[in-house]
Amino acid sequence: MSNIFNSSIGKKLIVALAGFFLILFLLVHMGINLTLILAESSKPFNVAAHFMGTNIIIKVFEVILFAVFLLHIIYVLILQIQNWIARPKRYKIPNFSQISFFSKFMIWLGGIILIFLVIHLTDFYFKSKFGHIEEITYDNIRYYTDLSSLVIQKFQIPGIVIFYIACFLILGFHLWHGFQSAFQTLGLNHKVYTPVIKKLGMVYTIVVVSGFTIIPLIIYFTQ
Amino acid sequence: MKVRLKIWRQENAKAKGAFVTYDFEEVSTEMSFLEMLDALNQKLIKKGDSPIAFDSDCREGICGSCGLYINGRPNGPEKGISTCQLSMRAFKDGDTIYVEPWRAKPFPVIKDLIVDRSAFDKILHACGFISVNTGSAPDGNSILVPKEYSDLAFDSSVCIGCGACVAACKNASAMLFVSAKVSHLALLPQGRPEARERVKNMVMEMDRLGFGNCTNTGACEAECPKEINLTNIARLNREYFTAKIL
Ligand code: HEM
Ligand code: SF4
Ligand code: FES
Repeated sequence: MSNIFNSSIGKKLIVALAGFFLILFLLVHMGINLTLILAESSKPFNVAAHFMGTNIIIKVFEVILFAVFLLHIIYVLILQIQNWIARPKRYKIPNFSQISFFSKFMIWLGGIILIFLVIHLTDFYFKSKFGHIEEITYDNIRYYTDLSSLVIQKFQIPGIVIFYIACFLILGFHLWHGFQSAFQTLGLNHKVYTPVIKKLGMVYTIVVVSGFTIIPLIIYFTQ
Repeated sequence: MKVRLKIWRQENAKAKGAFVTYDFEEVSTEMSFLEMLDALNQKLIKKGDSPIAFDSDCREGICGSCGLYINGRPNGPEKGISTCQLSMRAFKDGDTIYVEPWRAKPFPVIKDLIVDRSAFDKILHACGFISVNTGSAPDGNSILVPKEYSDLAFDSSVCIGCGACVAACKNASAMLFVSAKVSHLALLPQGRPEARERVKNMVMEMDRLGFGNCTNTGACEAECPKEINLTNIARLNREYFTAKIL
């Protein structure tokens, strides 16, 4: 085991495992968000948000999630800086080789995702933790914060809707390369399964991007 | 045919270097790219200028010494060839052709288009071999190798150590080269006894020499003259994890 994470391949392993965790997290997050537009009332969303905000197991996962984001970002930065150093003198004519297109921009796409995360967390997460959000009563229980109304209120503003959608597209580009790349990093490349994984990555990316995108759109045009 | 060449000239490893433009009119489409450079050098020598320094040896795509970065691509516009196999037919009359040396920190320029690729030798010295006498042909034949593995091992063994993968990679990563060498031996029974030490040592040496990290971009695979593919890199990762963790 010694010094595996000092090696290039070991660092990439961390990035890929963290990436897988984030891929799963996105699915859960999207599932909960979709109740906003699929359910008749705001109850399922607010109940789910309440559960996510108070359940002890979820709290542990929340800490893990932050740690995973941090690991992904820290290791990606270390790798990227080493990569820049490895070519001190650049070519006059940049390389046109046929490649996984978005791979070239991963660090910039990731940077935008990071900025988005900060804004997104201040919009909702920190507000629900530290700020004040109206309460709402379901079945005579009056401890649900009305996050649902907060979301609907935010997505009345065209600028915010456009910003969110743009960021989801960026996330999609990140995953277009990232999903299949993480399998390759783990050493999983196979004549039969790799083409399937690549397709699966595309389907996953399209589902996640459209799932997240449709929410602000529907809220903006119907509420 | 007439071409305008913009060639990287650099007196020595310390010098700054710059592109120099040569309008060369006596080009025939029958020439190989290196013959065209030879002809240009003759002209320069006659004029009393110093000839352009570039590497070559076999001129048939097997030694791996000739790589040049031509118009934004290692070995020029064609796929699956080394620079010595590039023909002037790949260019049109009046083309401007930029010629640069491989660019990577572990491949410093020695002069003009020649880089020092001994970093690759160092990686091989770190265990890119089998350290027992494998005997003569009958001994070799007594070890059974499934056809599938011998084919895969052969595909990996054709790497000529040219460095086009490093040159093409946006991170100047040597993973395709190392993965070809590791795969070649890992797939054969003769290579298994030392497989763990080999992969650990070669990766450590690769990192120490300052090559970049793989981002699974695939430019190496697209530019490799021997069309070594990315499944080798996945195998390298697998070999590395099992050697380190299990
Ligand atoms: C929800 C958010 C995110 C998800 C789902 C995600 C997912 C992934 C995945 C699956 C990979 C591929 C790993 C591999 O190639 O082995 C990856 C790579 C990468 N990520 Fe993220 N990521 C996210 C956020 C970020 C952030 C915030 C940053 C930057 C600050 C970032 C920067 C990168 C970079 C630079 C790579 C390329 C690494 C490489 O190609 O070797 N990512 N990401
Ligand atoms: S893997 Fe291909 S490009 Fe890299 S050194 Fe070997 S032959 Fe050259
Ligand atoms: S001169 Fe030997 S490969 Fe080109």
